[in-house]
Amino acid sequence: MEPGEIHALLGENGAGKSTLMNVLYGLYQPDEGEILVDGKPLKLKGPSDAIGAGIGMVHQHFMLVPVFTVAENIMLGAEQVKGGIAGFLDRRRARREVTEVSERYNLQVDPDAVIEDLPVGIQQRVEIVKALTRDVDLLILDEPTAVLTPQETEELLTVMRSLKAAGKSIVFITHKLGEVKAIADRITVIRRGKTVGTASPEASRDELAALMVGRNVRLTVDKSPATPGEPVLEVAGLVVDDDRQIRAVDGMDLTVRAGEVLGVAGVQGNGQTELIEAIMGLRPVLAGTVSLIGDRIDGWTTKKVLRAGVGYVPEDRSVDGLVKEFSVAENLVLDIYDRPPFGAGLALKPDAIATSAKERIEQFDVRTSSADAPVGTLSGGNQQKVIVARELSRPLKLLIAAQPTRGVDVGSIEFIHSQIIHERDVGTAVMVVSSELDEVIGLADRIAVMYRGRIIGIVGPDTPREEIGLLMAGISPDAAHERSTDAAPADGAATDGSPASDAGSANEDEA
Amino acid sequence: MSTMAVPDIAVAPVRKGFWTRSRKVGLTLLGLGLLAAVLFGALATEQEARFTLSDDAAGAALEINGTIGAILFGIIAIAAGAALLAGVPKRWFLPVLAVGLVGFVLSFLCWQVSAAPAGQNFMPLVNIIRGTFILALPLIFGALAGVLCERSGVVNVAIEGQLLMGAFSGALFGSISGSVWVGLLAAALGGAFISLLLAVFAIRYLVDQVVIGIVLNLLAVGVTGFLYERLMQTDAEKYNSAPRFSNWEIPLLRDIPVLGPALFRGNIFLYVGLLLVLVIHIGLFRTRWGLRTRSVGEHPIAADTLGVKVLRVRYRNVLLAGVVAGIGGASYTLALYSFTKNMIGGKGFIALAALIFGRWNPTGALLAALFFGFADQLATYLGAISSSIPSQFLAMLPYLATILAVAGLVGRVRAPAADGKPYIKG
Repeated sequence: MEPGEIHALLGENGAGKSTLMNVLYGLYQPDEGEILVDGKPLKLKGPSDAIGAGIGMVHQHFMLVPVFTVAENIMLGAEQVKGGIAGFLDRRRARREVTEVSERYNLQVDPDAVIEDLPVGIQQRVEIVKALTRDVDLLILDEPTAVLTPQETEELLTVMRSLKAAGKSIVFITHKLGEVKAIADRITVIRRGKTVGTASPEASRDELAALMVGRNVRLTVDKSPATPGEPVLEVAGLVVDDDRQIRAVDGMDLTVRAGEVLGVAGVQGNGQTELIEAIMGLRPVLAGTVSLIGDRIDGWTTKKVLRAGVGYVPEDRSVDGLVKEFSVAENLVLDIYDRPPFGAGLALKPDAIATSAKERIEQFDVRTSSADAPVGTLSGGNQQKVIVARELSRPLKLLIAAQPTRGVDVGSIEFIHSQIIHERDVGTAVMVVSSELDEVIGLADRIAVMYRGRIIGIVGPDTPREEIGLLMAGISPDAAHERSTDAAPADGAATDGSPASDAGSANEDEA
Repeated sequence: MSTMAVPDIAVAPVRKGFWTRSRKVGLTLLGLGLLAAVLFGALATEQEARFTLSDDAAGAALEINGTIGAILFGIIAIAAGAALLAGVPKRWFLPVLAVGLVGFVLSFLCWQVSAAPAGQNFMPLVNIIRGTFILALPLIFGALAGVLCERSGVVNVAIEGQLLMGAFSGALFGSISGSVWVGLLAAALGGAFISLLLAVFAIRYLVDQVVIGIVLNLLAVGVTGFLYERLMQTDAEKYNSAPRFSNWEIPLLRDIPVLGPALFRGNIFLYVGLLLVLVIHIGLFRTRWGLRTRSVGEHPIAADTLGVKVLRVRYRNVLLAGVVAGIGGASYTLALYSFTKNMIGGKGFIALAALIFGRWNPTGALLAALFFGFADQLATYLGAISSSIPSQFLAMLPYLATILAVAGLVGRVRAPAADGKPYIKG
């Protein structure tokens, strides 16, 4: 690293980017090898050593205490105190410090705001201010754009440029090629824990993508044009609250037809999760209706919804999709264990379960040592294939897939995508919800963009990414059209990820 | 971002449930008020109900005709219930609820006091207040021990055991040494010993914190019970006759009417307890220690990335909690009674309820402890005036109050986010 340099660390999910940086920040201890700062080896026993050495880090999952104010979060660990041993907090001084730093780098934050009330973009700003008040020279940004709208991303890139101008070095960890090309001075590509190459920002997207995944990836999903039939899922005026009793889905209308893939795009936290849970009967519907081929299914139990022919790939497989301690075979019959041939009366039929498991492991290419291995021992991609195998083994009318390829390796992504398209082609209505725009664009026949609990626009898959990006930020179609015509040349580079990043970009969860 | 034109999205009209928590509580209160006005009013006699400002029947008193009082205060409860039912702003909820409950209790007292046998138609307020605080004392210490522990993210179900061990070691070592100070130190160490076990098993060995807490309670009951029978009962003179802290009156404060004689003329542990509430409250919200404690209880990973030693903070707080609870145990054996087997008798669990009722806040915990203390004291008082209510029912009162309080009145409380979750680095 050079002073005043922005160094991008590029790699697929699970390539070891975050782990490397956590070692640099003293959170993990290296098994071997050493870290050099100004030519001297550095031993980091903990984060305080790293901070002392001038290293600051903005984590992928923000390290902010939600119930504390901005000032409290920033002073934590480096409190200014008065009153000797009693150690009373000097809040006035802390507040002044926050104001000073935020003015110097043009990062406006209100020191007295409580973190949980702030939008994600501002929380990230608080994280950066927190690092800057600790006088760091090297700032590590771990996947900073994963949770941001394209416009917030653009603002972040501006902030990074001004930090660079102030002589700070920045390590920028990401898997999004567009951002890297827009801002990095130097690029290091990591794969499976090893540096596989360095590149300059002038390198082409294809070159970078090939370095990242180690082979040429299929950039698009092969599919024939859709032949939409009758409406299968109809949602009208749906209202749902989230866990904190805050309105998440706010009067939403949506139709999915047989034989089409409806993609739902949107920045995370705009009601996608709650929408799906409401359809599946996992969350109370406060108003409006959900119908499956004419039958009202709101108010049904989840079991009844599943039995009615709805397949469900939940967004977090480790929480909702699988029982990790159960075997692959058991997980494959979680939905129909009580029906023939797998169960009769009170008893399970282990032979039938084993036979069917064997067939499906083969059919869906699940790589496992045996059908009796606990599913938690499988890789992410194979775990996801188990879920897909289970859900697609029933005759379906509707398939709902949430983040179907999050944290999944490239090979499995291709397989899962082809299975989804196959399901569409046999006439099932498919709804794919993903925070990865590339995935939505690749799979969908129509794209519905969610913003603050509503569908703000429905567009075709050939719509320019900038326009979808603006929709994701809440700019309605007319306004979006005006903006995109006059602003496109200026910020096109940053918001425009390449189709290639589809391959490696499916996931943000590696910590 | 600010320059962007975000279109206003009209909020869809949604039928909001009429039966909010506030309305349900209001309806209950309304029913209680009706019960008070009609039933208590009918049962009360024309006798004057006297609330004397002293320890006995003598002196100045607040007086009211029993029937009128019972009906009047019942109507106040009805009015408060009706106000909640009609819908009041959120910040008025607690005050209105408090007024209603006080009205109900006063109506009840008017009935009871006026219907008491001749010559006993009075309630000595000084006595009642003192009793309330003394009975609340172990709850105050216990709940503070809970605050210290749980704010740093370790669930403390072992309060009962900490109190008991404190009471026992205070009595034992106080007796042996003949010094109250040695007794006090031993009590603090006794509580800290249970805490140390809790800390090691919960923090180091990641044992489920509720389970280890319950086990430690059983351990404390077993160990102290065994030693009580084998040691104290064989030679009570030598091992169970701890010296007591002498009464110490606080100048000036002792002269406050009613409160002075009730609170500031004696029990040193009461002063310590009230002072600790203040110190811990300020400490928690205004000092570096408090900020770090709360951060560790809310988001330990964030605290760790800022160089806060998460495990060290937790160890320290759990041990401090043991010291506080140990002193609370000593408030029994070094001021009031000799040690007896299982003498805490479940107060540690009510302290846990007070902690939750008080929303993990020292001041809130104090108020909750006083509430429970009052219920306890009331039961004693009603027994003394030979109330027509069966004594078994009166003995139930504090626990009934606990269930109602924890189940319904406080609503959904929010514990520290990392409470009970072990922190594993990396």
